[in-house]
Amino acid sequence: MSKGICPVEPVMPTSWRKDNKPHKFCPGCGHGLVLKCLGQVVDELDLQDKVVFGCDIGCSLLAWDFFNLDAVQTHHGRTTPVMTGIKRSRPELICIAYMGDGGGYSIGVQHLVSAAARNEKITAILANNTQYAMTGGQMAPTTLPGQKTETTPYGRDPELTGFPLQGQEMVSAVCREGAYVARGSVANQRQLKSYLKKALENQLAQRGFSFVEVLSTCPTNWRTNAAETWEFVQEKMPEYFKLGETRRPADMRGEGLANG
Amino acid sequence: MTEKIIEQEKRAFLTGNEVVAWAALAAKADIMYGYPITPQNEIMHYWTRLAPRYDKRFLQTEDELSAGFTTVGGVLAGRKAFTATAGPGNTLMQEPVSMAEMLRLPIVVVIQQRGGPSTATVIYSQQEVTMTTLGGNGEGMRVVYSTSSHQELFDYTIKAFNTAWKYRFPTFVLGDGYQAKMREPLTLYDPESRGIELIKPEPYVGKPGTPGVDRAPSQFRNTYSMEEELLEIVNQYMQDYGEMAPQVAEYQVANVEDADLVIIGHGVVFRAVRAAVDNLRARGLKVGYFRPVTLRPLAVPQIKEVFSNSKKVLVVESAYGQLARLLKEAAYGTTAEFLTMFRPGVGITAEEVEAEVEKILG
Repeated sequence: MSKGICPVEPVMPTSWRKDNKPHKFCPGCGHGLVLKCLGQVVDELDLQDKVVFGCDIGCSLLAWDFFNLDAVQTHHGRTTPVMTGIKRSRPELICIAYMGDGGGYSIGVQHLVSAAARNEKITAILANNTQYAMTGGQMAPTTLPGQKTETTPYGRDPELTGFPLQGQEMVSAVCREGAYVARGSVANQRQLKSYLKKALENQLAQRGFSFVEVLSTCPTNWRTNAAETWEFVQEKMPEYFKLGETRRPADMRGEGLANG
Repeated sequence: MTEKIIEQEKRAFLTGNEVVAWAALAAKADIMYGYPITPQNEIMHYWTRLAPRYDKRFLQTEDELSAGFTTVGGVLAGRKAFTATAGPGNTLMQEPVSMAEMLRLPIVVVIQQRGGPSTATVIYSQQEVTMTTLGGNGEGMRVVYSTSSHQELFDYTIKAFNTAWKYRFPTFVLGDGYQAKMREPLTLYDPESRGIELIKPEPYVGKPGTPGVDRAPSQFRNTYSMEEELLEIVNQYMQDYGEMAPQVAEYQVANVEDADLVIIGHGVVFRAVRAAVDNLRARGLKVGYFRPVTLRPLAVPQIKEVFSNSKKVLVVESAYGQLARLLKEAAYGTTAEFLTMFRPGVGITAEEVEAEVEKILG
């Protein structure tokens, strides 16, 4: 799309790069919504000169030049250790590890769980769209029972391949005091933004590990229209993936665990 | 707080792993990331004892993938970061090393070779040559120093940080279980008081100023959409690598001018080769030796010269032809008869080399 087609430039976070917008995600993809919330939070917390943004392989890799932030694209599943390595070397930097459910809950699950167990002072954000999207829509640990993917063409059979992995709960289980763990959704942006903000504030306060899973959309591989896409992310996915906060540091301001 | 680590040169009697920890300190390394595997463990043991005294850091990771990728992170942040591993750990390490190749990240990796394939032995081998020189899904854009003594472990660990940060290719120090575990005398020194300039690291990310305001954002990727984009990058890197090669390649050679047979060995096996050549010369046999110090890049012109001027060449290694394969490629087009003595995963003595040579030369 050339700039001439859109006469009025949409409002974008100042931490976004404007020279490479519109972004490269598919129409209807949830990544843009997650990154919008994240960009707004980076603006509000005035972190543009402190953040190092790391993205995984999978669709999240398209975010490597998305922001006006120093950034590195890593390998599949390895964003958590790369950002851990940066944080351990330069604790003054605010390190964000951005990944999908395949990267975080499958090939890189040992890194995510171990970083949580060590209470690494980084912020991990995981977009869960229930399948491997970049590779063409294969089953992921998060694929819902009965959901059709390229490797479960007749629907996921939990007898053969198990039930959806509750990754946020798994991370939450190994975390200790100081960690912040929540699950938001692109279908509730106000809530998502508040979770992302707390996840970054928690790193700023140097309390511990911060993790936000975000229920996200993939109409391309779900083969859904707009209404079906929204129904899936807003109604179907939360049946397995409960929205809300499961860990909040004791001294984090605001009310108690805010469940969706 | 920081103080000068080695005030004045001193003789010491240390294990190789201890030497590596001291050398990393002397090279002003900032942080080590590591995962336990024999026979490199004591590098971590000594580093964790020494590091806090000099304001250095350590992180024990969940596996070698993480050890490699956190090392990548440390370097991205502008710190001299290193890790150490062996065997199956080296296998996993190839993934982060390939990312370091693509982003030109000067990570330093110390390998103490153990037996292979698989878990094999925790003891010794030279079976990680192929993987360390050419591992990963790429073109082997790394520098590999193969040491043969504790003094060299010290010298080349210091040098590895400089080579890595000067040329921005991942750099290996390739030792083995014997070198790791045995004790040997050496001289510890402060490189700067010997006139060795230590190259200062620079951050890739987390640079001063606000990205998009004071400067362009510093952004790195390892994925390319187009074949031609990748071709351009890889060709540029290989050109840089080719230009670096003659400046980095190192070797040792002796007694080859009149030799009927030249023996080639690297690493700790070179000690047996050198002793064998001395003993055989004393018995009147015309033998010489050639030793590649860098296994990648190799000193190709010198290897071609040896293979052109000798009738016979005997390659001796504690692997089944991993060095021999590299040499064959370097010596392509030359005429020497190519003889081999392969002892995968076991040590080689001077006496065994001498016996082999006497058999050949009758």
